[in-house]
Amino acid sequence: MVRTPPSSISSPAPAPAPAPATASRSLAPLVLRPPPRWHRAAELVIRALALSAIAAIVLILFFVAKESLPLFTDSEVRKEVTPSQMWLAQQWPGYDEPDHIWQPVSDVPKYGLWALLVGTLKVTLVSLLFSVPLGVGAALYVSQYAPPRVREVVKPAIELLAGIPSVVLGFFALMVMATFVQDAFGLESRLNAVVSGLALSIAVIPVVFTISEEAFGAVPRSYVEASTALGAARWQTTLRVIVPAASPGIAAAVALGLGRAIGETMIVLMASGNAAILSASLTDSVRTLSATIAAELAEVVFGGAHYTVLFFLGSLLFLTTFVINLLGDWAIHSMKVKLGVAA
Amino acid sequence: MTASTTAPSDPRRPKLTVKDLSVFYGGKKALGPVSMDVREKQVTALIGPSGCGKSTFLRSLNRMNELIPGCVVTGDVLLEAKPIYGHGIDAVAVRRRIGMVFQRSNPFPKSIFDNVAYGLRIGGISGASDIAQRVERALRQAALWDEVRDRLSESALRLSGGQQQRLCIARALAVEPDVVLMDEPASALDPIATAHIEELIHELCKSYTVVIVTHNMQQAARVADYTAFFYMGELIEYDRTDVLFTKPGNPRTEDYITGRFG
Amino acid sequence: MNPFARAFRNRAGDLALATATGAATLLILGILAVILVDVIMNGAPRLSWTFLSSAPTHGMTQGGIFPAIFGTVALVLLMTVAVVPVGVATAIYLNEYASPHGRLTRAVRVAVNNLAGVPSIVFGLFGLGFFVQFVGTGIDRAFMGGQKAFGQPALIWAALTMAVLTMPVVIVVTEEALRSVPRELREASAALGATRFQTVVNVVVPQAAPGILTGTILAVSRGAGEVAPILFVGAAYFLPHLPSHLYDQFMHLGYHVYVLSTQSPDVDATKPLLYATVVVLLTLTFLLNAAAIVVRSRMRRRFAQAAA
Repeated sequence: MVRTPPSSISSPAPAPAPAPATASRSLAPLVLRPPPRWHRAAELVIRALALSAIAAIVLILFFVAKESLPLFTDSEVRKEVTPSQMWLAQQWPGYDEPDHIWQPVSDVPKYGLWALLVGTLKVTLVSLLFSVPLGVGAALYVSQYAPPRVREVVKPAIELLAGIPSVVLGFFALMVMATFVQDAFGLESRLNAVVSGLALSIAVIPVVFTISEEAFGAVPRSYVEASTALGAARWQTTLRVIVPAASPGIAAAVALGLGRAIGETMIVLMASGNAAILSASLTDSVRTLSATIAAELAEVVFGGAHYTVLFFLGSLLFLTTFVINLLGDWAIHSMKVKLGVAA
Repeated sequence: MTASTTAPSDPRRPKLTVKDLSVFYGGKKALGPVSMDVREKQVTALIGPSGCGKSTFLRSLNRMNELIPGCVVTGDVLLEAKPIYGHGIDAVAVRRRIGMVFQRSNPFPKSIFDNVAYGLRIGGISGASDIAQRVERALRQAALWDEVRDRLSESALRLSGGQQQRLCIARALAVEPDVVLMDEPASALDPIATAHIEELIHELCKSYTVVIVTHNMQQAARVADYTAFFYMGELIEYDRTDVLFTKPGNPRTEDYITGRFG
Repeated sequence: MNPFARAFRNRAGDLALATATGAATLLILGILAVILVDVIMNGAPRLSWTFLSSAPTHGMTQGGIFPAIFGTVALVLLMTVAVVPVGVATAIYLNEYASPHGRLTRAVRVAVNNLAGVPSIVFGLFGLGFFVQFVGTGIDRAFMGGQKAFGQPALIWAALTMAVLTMPVVIVVTEEALRSVPRELREASAALGATRFQTVVNVVVPQAAPGILTGTILAVSRGAGEVAPILFVGAAYFLPHLPSHLYDQFMHLGYHVYVLSTQSPDVDATKPLLYATVVVLLTLTFLLNAAAIVVRSRMRRRFAQAAA
């Protein structure tokens, strides 16, 4: 039995009283009223609320940038640190050579950015290294090889995976994965770029999978049929026709996965070791931009140099993910155009 | 080019007067200019091959064309000598006086009762017994009352195709429009349901002015008092049905009704 | 190449590709399974009604996590009240009122897309910089006579921050639901003399209600799980009382997991409580996601039925 949704304008008693047969002739003339005045007001409210998304993004941009401005304008802050000091190696007292060091909480506060950037890069690289092949591979399997029943299990499973809060993934990395990796490879630091990168890839896989799967699914059947008719084996068609046709979508998937990885905070906060070490080794502890903000913001003096720098890091993060997401969205859009789905 | 566009010998006054109506979609002219009168309490049929503009014309009679982005209408339509287009004239008010039934029945996913009562409630009618009486009258007028009187609270989607279409007619009649527009109302129905609809139209024109678009010439011959033949966005001929079908004034009309093109 | 060799190469190639991609899929599922098994096995033993209903004691090694559950629920409730009307209204505007290629429409869509991509920690900065520092101190100065009430981390600011974070989810899912309402129903309503607003309220929104519900559930699920935005906007590790005012701080399941994992003095002693908390958090988010999936598939089935 089909259940009907409750009608929002029906009177509370929907069951009509049986009217006498003669009533149909003696009805008063029908006078319909125009819609009540408040409808127009409600429409204005809807239009106003629709601006909220624009307002939100503008406010975020404005307030995060505003709190990072003192880095460029405030003399007190600039006594402690300037943007150029963050990018270039500085000669610190007690060190032989100029070095990039991030050590804001110390007698001589140091704000060398590179350690953080490299840390972010390492973790992101590791996560993409794992999540892209796995995500794209699984998407290929689900769209080309999996029988329908398997598909019905895999897709909800990946949705469940996507639903795991990042703090839980960080917890799992910290408690279980770190020990496992350390025992398996005999590493010095338990928490490092590899562990946090692996955990991060778990969060990124659903993003890569979903978009890639959509991309594979959107490849027109006619391409596949043409290839098969020319005598290509299934694997040849897949690799030479389907994957290239879906490549803008895959690029978008990678871009959005990258954006997700760079912006992720809790996993790296819990599993990366939080040591701002500038090194090429993946097995050293690292500090990422996002984790730095999360770890240090609680202790800063409002309006001080450290506070300002952290907001500056936030602006950097925002801009980076903004650009990456823009590229990813553009790639998705051009994929849709190429396949004739959108104008 | 156009043969008679008004039937001078008929004393009944025009309900709708169309004056130089043209419709443009995205800059391209789809219809017009068309001028004609629609007689009160008569059935006027609009016939012509696919794409001739008859549905576009129908939809411009109750300003439904405006829902399509990029649509521009020039000229005017007068309901009892009052224009329905123009600044300051509310399309909503127009549509309450000129109702429409669509080609494919589109009942709301609500109960049968709520479907018919929809137009009334939208129009601010609130008394439960008042609404109930009007719903019954509309369903009777649509020849559906006996079939649904015991299940008014059931979902309208459980009705058969023909019943759903009659429900849509009842829904349109409930607000007591002056004119009922029907866009190929029976084309999606089987012959028996179609016969019901045609019978219904006969009854309806005693109280309402009906304009019906049909691609079925025989249906026009059966049902309509007046018929207008459209071709390639122009009104070619408009006359009493018997005249149009037996002694068409325009060769193109003759070609169409003799099946030389479809 | 002779036909046999080619056929063999083809079969081998197909097998290899299918196996490789299938292995990738299996690995992913395996990871999910490992996480679930580990968490459940270590956390389930500690679960009990008392655990869910009492406060933590003895330095977080005993007792329960009721305050964290309460705080999470309070946060999510406030967030929902804020985000659903705004998100649904935005989606209604985009789908029912806006001209499809108008400048405002495109601006709103760009804004929504970007909002979806903002890192969660930046939301935390926003919550701190805008809500706490700007709005909060403003309110304190205007209404509280300079007393510090709203100008500090608080439940209301955390809820509003989360509302901004989850707004894209609500908007996108609601728009999808609105789009799925067939055009014919809108036409029928217009032909009966309804204004666009009347059509939206009486026909479109009731039909799209399951989709709107899905969006709300998904937003709630994210709201319950995200921690970075509320790190300095209201979450606290241990509070003697439950939050009773909008300007109070609150305990939170996810935040609790974070602090217990990283700052607990005795990891082994708190481990059982920690695992059990994770189980509760995971169960909560999973149930919500599952509910959303169910509502969504029911809606698809109902739509297919109506169209038939």
